[in-house]
Amino acid sequence: MEYFLELFFGGLTRGSIYALIALGYTMVYGIIELINFAHGEIYMIGAFTALIAASALALAGMSGWSLLILAGIVAMIYSAAYGFTLEKIAYKPLRTAPRLSPLISAIGMSIFLQNYVLLAQTSDFMSFPALIEEFPFMEDVTFMRSSELVIFVTTVVATTLLTVFIRFTRMGRAMRAVAQDKTMAMLLGVNVNRVISVTFVIGSALAAVGGVLISSHIGQINFYIGFIAGIKAFTAAVLGGIGSIPGAVLGGMVLGWTESFATGYVSSDYEDVFAFGLLVFILIFRPAGILGRTTSEKV
Amino acid sequence: MKRFHIVFITCVCMLCAGPALAADTIKLGVAGAHSGDLASYGLPTLNAAKLVVGDMNAKGGVLGRKVEILAEDDVCKPEVAANVGSKLVSEKATVVLGHICSGATKAALSTYNEARLVTMSPSATNVDLTKSGEYPNFFRTISPDDAQALLEVNYALNTLKVKKVAVIHDKGDYGKGLAEFARDFLEKRGIKPVLFEGITPGAVDYSAIVQKIKFSGADAVIYGGYHPEAAKIVMGMRKKKMKTLFISDDGVKDDTFIKVAGKYAEGVYATGPIDTSKSPMAVAAIEQHKKAYGAEPGAFYLNAYAAAICLLQGIEKAGSTDYAAVSKALRTNWFDTPLGKISFDERGDAKGIGFAMYRVKNGKYVEVGK
Amino acid sequence: MAIAWKSLTRRAGGEVARSLLAAVWFMFLTFPIMVIKVSPLDKTIEWRWMRMVYVGVGAFFLSFVWRYLLERKETGPDKGEAGSWQKRVGARIRTDRRVFIPLLAAVGAFVLVFPLLFSSYQTSIMITALMYVMLGLGLNIVVGLAGLLDLGYVAFYAVGAYFYALMNHHFGIGFWVALPLAGLLAATFGILLGFPVLRLRGDYLAIVTLGFGEIIRLILENWNEFSFGPSGIAGISRPFTFGFTLTLEEHTIYLYYIMIGLVLFTILVVGRLRNSRIGRAWIALREDEIACQAMGIDKTRTKLMAFALGATWAGFVGCILAAKTTFINPASFTFMESAIILSIVVLGGMGSIVGVIVGAFVLILLPEYLRAFSEYRMLAFGAAMVLIMVFRPQGIISGIRQRYEFHAQTGEGAQP
Repeated sequence: MEYFLELFFGGLTRGSIYALIALGYTMVYGIIELINFAHGEIYMIGAFTALIAASALALAGMSGWSLLILAGIVAMIYSAAYGFTLEKIAYKPLRTAPRLSPLISAIGMSIFLQNYVLLAQTSDFMSFPALIEEFPFMEDVTFMRSSELVIFVTTVVATTLLTVFIRFTRMGRAMRAVAQDKTMAMLLGVNVNRVISVTFVIGSALAAVGGVLISSHIGQINFYIGFIAGIKAFTAAVLGGIGSIPGAVLGGMVLGWTESFATGYVSSDYEDVFAFGLLVFILIFRPAGILGRTTSEKV
Repeated sequence: MKRFHIVFITCVCMLCAGPALAADTIKLGVAGAHSGDLASYGLPTLNAAKLVVGDMNAKGGVLGRKVEILAEDDVCKPEVAANVGSKLVSEKATVVLGHICSGATKAALSTYNEARLVTMSPSATNVDLTKSGEYPNFFRTISPDDAQALLEVNYALNTLKVKKVAVIHDKGDYGKGLAEFARDFLEKRGIKPVLFEGITPGAVDYSAIVQKIKFSGADAVIYGGYHPEAAKIVMGMRKKKMKTLFISDDGVKDDTFIKVAGKYAEGVYATGPIDTSKSPMAVAAIEQHKKAYGAEPGAFYLNAYAAAICLLQGIEKAGSTDYAAVSKALRTNWFDTPLGKISFDERGDAKGIGFAMYRVKNGKYVEVGK
Repeated sequence: MAIAWKSLTRRAGGEVARSLLAAVWFMFLTFPIMVIKVSPLDKTIEWRWMRMVYVGVGAFFLSFVWRYLLERKETGPDKGEAGSWQKRVGARIRTDRRVFIPLLAAVGAFVLVFPLLFSSYQTSIMITALMYVMLGLGLNIVVGLAGLLDLGYVAFYAVGAYFYALMNHHFGIGFWVALPLAGLLAATFGILLGFPVLRLRGDYLAIVTLGFGEIIRLILENWNEFSFGPSGIAGISRPFTFGFTLTLEEHTIYLYYIMIGLVLFTILVVGRLRNSRIGRAWIALREDEIACQAMGIDKTRTKLMAFALGATWAGFVGCILAAKTTFINPASFTFMESAIILSIVVLGGMGSIVGVIVGAFVLILLPEYLRAFSEYRMLAFGAAMVLIMVFRPQGIISGIRQRYEFHAQTGEGAQP
């Protein structure tokens, strides 16, 4: 039983991180129908910025929760800035271009950002301080670690905040409008450019949160971490139904658990095969993803 | 900043001065992954080469000629490596330091073999590269997979007296090769590993495999792979209060491992070349890197440093750049390197790189056995 | 006059202000990553202020250039088709026999004597570029013509390569025998992949194909007994040389001519396919799936044909890869490969054969020739991809649609 629990919580952690990143993918896709391949790199930049901020602040004497939160905020600000700039440079000029052009631009940006960090910092793995402190009440709990709990709680909080934002604020309404029909929203006076920018900013900030948390949990970062996390998170977003926020979270969790249990009960060698196999399987029966809305096409 | 300047000026100089220097210089080809996800394993070699060449040129060069570095990126991919091989041959490299990954090395070796270029790798550990006899031009300053695996298994069974062993690898060339040898040696001693699995490097979380190790009841884990994943697994294990012993290879016997894993690195075993920490040359080489690049050197740095020294001094001792002469010089002379006094046997493996078992005690690797 | 000067300076002032803003923004943006270097273990921190100055200055000037180029693009010649002078030149080349034939002859002659003029390394690179041309043309069928976004094309590439490698390793089967079989096997895999994804649209299709690509690679990596895992298969025979023994250089030249032949064959077949019934069915499918079905085209069959025929070429090239490098391992078949091949198709211009060729040359030869930049190579490469897409989103050579023009006097038919 304990084995199962440990795998369950391990999968939950993974799933939470995938969810945080997947939210960014799904939001951007919902608004401009673009697979933002460079999103994984935004996550990586968030992690690096957090490391730099945390180290600088630690030298200035900070520690504990305030260090984590402050470093996290700095990371969020910077990731949001990168996301914003990314959109302006690589995607905005391509809004009227054929479908695949922004995709290639995204791939190019992904390569660019990876190498940018590689050259500006280092190719080595950098050690990331464990910013999340161990909770005293979790001393005797062996199946779950403090950092896992923090990650899960943060994901839940972030998703809730995001959902509230989308449902109850003006900007949220504008985002939903643009996602539904961009031209119509524009005709009704919505500032589409601003909505798109806000989408990127929020998505990037969430990815940064994920980056900070998981790096604290694992203890290392490297310029390449965005790549794999990005592909997995994108898979999660599609699995849950791309364009749907609860779908992204659900997709993330399902993916995380699949991988965790596949490793635990079958073999670690094939965990990715299981993950992708699951994706194919689900899409065969629900082509729009688990929570995806099957939109009927007007002929 | 300084490095930016150096690279920029070097590039400009290489572009301008290339043709002019061509006739007179000794060309050291340095091939490996200089970009992409495996760049952290290839760049330290390039740094080592630059430092060694810098020193040699300051002392008058080799055979009175300056040494020039031809750095080529193969991103650890076989077909790119094959092209790199072609390129280095057509640019008339004298000798080649590389490649980094066994797969890439294999792909390029037939080109170097045909062109009769002495090739020395600091990190390609695939056994066939030397044992198959197909590549008489190949040398290496690292022990092949089987030697390390044997040491690990013997130490685990004889000294640590463990009964149940889990064998984990990182699905890479190096890690999996080593793990497979470890498994074979264990089975020869009548012990079947309780686990034999590969993890995906760069994954977001490793708690599942740590769980599995815990529930397999293994007394020790033999891990084939590099320090980043090793650190993650060890940390995962210790945070779950597992007392399982962790034994690994020289991809992990790296000070970076200790620094990254911090206090969790205590008690970890890893095999590595003998004497490196005490050797004054090794200490000096590491200091040199810190001064030039402002950071600790990365993977295979000392191996590459040694290889560069052997290659260049081999040419010096041979008195010419002729293939047969250099090969012979490498096999009949002993060279002072950060890894100790080494030479090479008929198959190209290094002699004198003994391997020893180390253990992390109080934040440092300490030799505990042979 | 004074008023014009005033508005000019105001506008110039505005431009300067915008560039200044851009410069400040980029200095802020790159501040942590470029300027600060931490060593968390040694607890040191290093500030590299000069870099910030470089970024600021660079951003300031580039900002002007960027906005100027963007403006030119927006207000420039009609988007979608090629620009006016390119259109004229392109049309001229195609129709005027007097220009077309000598040009073709010159290119042909150059291609034929290439290996004799250049070093073995250059020839080797050219072979790689030609391999990607074939891959691009194959993917072009799936993505460019049929509009099916396949992100896992590399799976078929791997199938071809491993087929030859394993057949050669176990049974000693030679290159020429394996080549057509590899294509056939890849086509079969194409159909196998096609079945589950028939119902998926657009980006869902993309992610599933990506998944398939990864699954194939992971199986190759892990199923040691079958594929020898990460250590790969070595010692694969080169193409049969009919009794002659060749040196490495000569083998490369031999392979080069084989490649030229195969690429010509590919161009011919793909060109014919494009103008055939199935080709037009693909284009119809891409444009509007539902209308296509309403017109009586069997969607299933068309899609499966697209996957199968597209995959065949990847199978051939896989076989060639194995023969060229005599060693393969799963590391050559990652998702990044699929992304690069897709980039070739899109960058070159979807649906256009010449475009794909140009795209392949640009994407493959560029990193090689950028080696002079050493470490900044990949950075420049990524930037180049973005820039090409931003300033020419339709691709370098846009796919010129089949146009039928009726000339009253000469009664001329189609323009190719």
